[in-house]
Amino acid sequence: MTAKLSLGPVLFNWDAEVKRDFYFHIADEAPFDTVYLGEVVCSKRTPFFEPFLPEVIERLQRGGKEVVLSTLALIMSERELDSVRALAGNGGLTIEANDMAAVSLLAGRDHVIGPFVNVYNEGSLEFLENQGARRVSLPWELPSRSLSALASFATRELEVQAFGRAPLAISARCYHARSHGLHKDGCQFVCIQDPNGMEVQTLDGKSFLSVNGPQTLSHSVLNLISELEELQAMGIDAFRLWPHMIDMAKVAEVFRDVLDGTETADEGQRRLDRLVDFAPFSNGFYYGQEGAALVS
Amino acid sequence: MTASRLELICPAGNPAALKAAVDAGADVVYAGFADETNARNFPGLNFSRREMEEGIAYARQRGCGVFIAINTYAEAGNPGPWRRAIDDAAALTADAVILADIGLLDYALQTQPGLRRHLSVQASASNAEAINFYHRAFGVKRVVLPRVLTVKEIADLNARIPVETEVFAFGGMCVMAEGRCSLSSYVTGRSPNTDGVCSPASHVRYEKRDGKLVSRLGDFTLNEFSENEAAGYPTLCKGRFVARGDASYLFEEPASLNVMAMLSELAAAGVSALKIEGRQRGRAYVSRVVSAFRQAIDATAQGEPVVSGCLDSVTEGQRDTTGAYDKTWH
Repeated sequence: MTAKLSLGPVLFNWDAEVKRDFYFHIADEAPFDTVYLGEVVCSKRTPFFEPFLPEVIERLQRGGKEVVLSTLALIMSERELDSVRALAGNGGLTIEANDMAAVSLLAGRDHVIGPFVNVYNEGSLEFLENQGARRVSLPWELPSRSLSALASFATRELEVQAFGRAPLAISARCYHARSHGLHKDGCQFVCIQDPNGMEVQTLDGKSFLSVNGPQTLSHSVLNLISELEELQAMGIDAFRLWPHMIDMAKVAEVFRDVLDGTETADEGQRRLDRLVDFAPFSNGFYYGQEGAALVS
Repeated sequence: MTASRLELICPAGNPAALKAAVDAGADVVYAGFADETNARNFPGLNFSRREMEEGIAYARQRGCGVFIAINTYAEAGNPGPWRRAIDDAAALTADAVILADIGLLDYALQTQPGLRRHLSVQASASNAEAINFYHRAFGVKRVVLPRVLTVKEIADLNARIPVETEVFAFGGMCVMAEGRCSLSSYVTGRSPNTDGVCSPASHVRYEKRDGKLVSRLGDFTLNEFSENEAAGYPTLCKGRFVARGDASYLFEEPASLNVMAMLSELAAAGVSALKIEGRQRGRAYVSRVVSAFRQAIDATAQGEPVVSGCLDSVTEGQRDTTGAYDKTWH
């Protein structure tokens, strides 16, 4: 079976119209099979993009993409829970659960398990498949031996994250607001200033992490272009690329070409080197090493 | 409404700490087996099966319970150590197991239905729907709440769930939602979820540089200290970093969580139990913290004032915080 290519939800706070135009471009130009939409990181951002959602969904579907709606990764209030209940009750589109609350609400229905739900082993996978999950997007920190074990066991689709800053942690505290001397409640949405995340360096000037509101991502861009062949051979069905403020349609073309075998991984890597100018690549998690490492 | 007396749950990283906690007035001690099945998998810590058996006997003779933490995520292709830990906890008649992994919760429910199941903080169940799900699907009787909720949110939550809640009261505090953090594995390849360690000592180095002491974790500098500054352990999220041109404790200052001043609020919020963090701590520390909380809980239950400040000398960086329990922390 041909491997599928997915575009994860935009994790950063992008201006709503910029985001709409980004998705229009993706809908028309990018070879994604699946596009995940929705606010995963901070519920305060949700209202800005909601007015554009129907036209974006329609355009993506017209472009032949499966649209999946992603839920929040950390749900701390009834208000946030209500938004997940509303999503779960939409009846139309498939939902990606990123928290056990969403898993609960979607039990017994067709749904996707997102990478913020901890699926580390066969027991968890089997339980979630029995609940109705038709695809499970696995955590980024799993090494190849775990991915391989899960792929031999799975009866539904497995997705692996193949490109983008790794979304390492989520918190109740907003570090973007904190770095601006603001409180979360009065954050002034300062996170919009950093469309690929706010750079965090060590005291000796080494780029380290990337802050996105209450989320902390890697500085490096996780990239498994050279591992795609091995992952496909294991039986991984889908590959997720996380959106960044670069030409994601071109990034998708690279992955599509390498997945289809029309281009070698080395050729694909050279194209990615030209497309990604804001951070180095890493693939350490896959090799069971520190995630920041680049194993060649 | 009169809130019931808070149960005091205390850390035991080894048999000496277990005895210290029991003798100092713990209602329950929690401990793990000496392997990757628990989230304090540090060299020299934790219990062999024999030590656990003896520890349970010691605690039980003194009216104290024992919970066994099996709160990492089982490795794909290698469920043996985690399943054995659950089976042995049942055989040793532990009062409860503390689990995070849904695969292991399912295993415990199917194979050891009589063994009481608590949901570990590592499952990061932060809302009523998630907690009710764990209750419904796996018969979880108590949830250890992630350190992300305010006291008001905890009170609202307790009104919507049929299970007990246990909250962290004192010690090291995760700034990130527990079980949802791979910062440590990004830098060291060793992760709380899979290896039971965060910012492991095996990857820590201290270097002298330009008259300063530099602490490093893996390939990254986490902090530097001038001569008159106390050098703390380089836990990743407690490091000093540069953002927007300023060096600061971007995620969290080195400080210990301490809720001693808010015990009556927590009891009124419907919390059942207080948890002291620190299975990596020695018996002197455990004894001191447990005694202080024993007195404070008993005083609160009698409506007497709590003497605060008595633990200042054992807090990290000599600072304490009420963390996420206070809205202004967020």
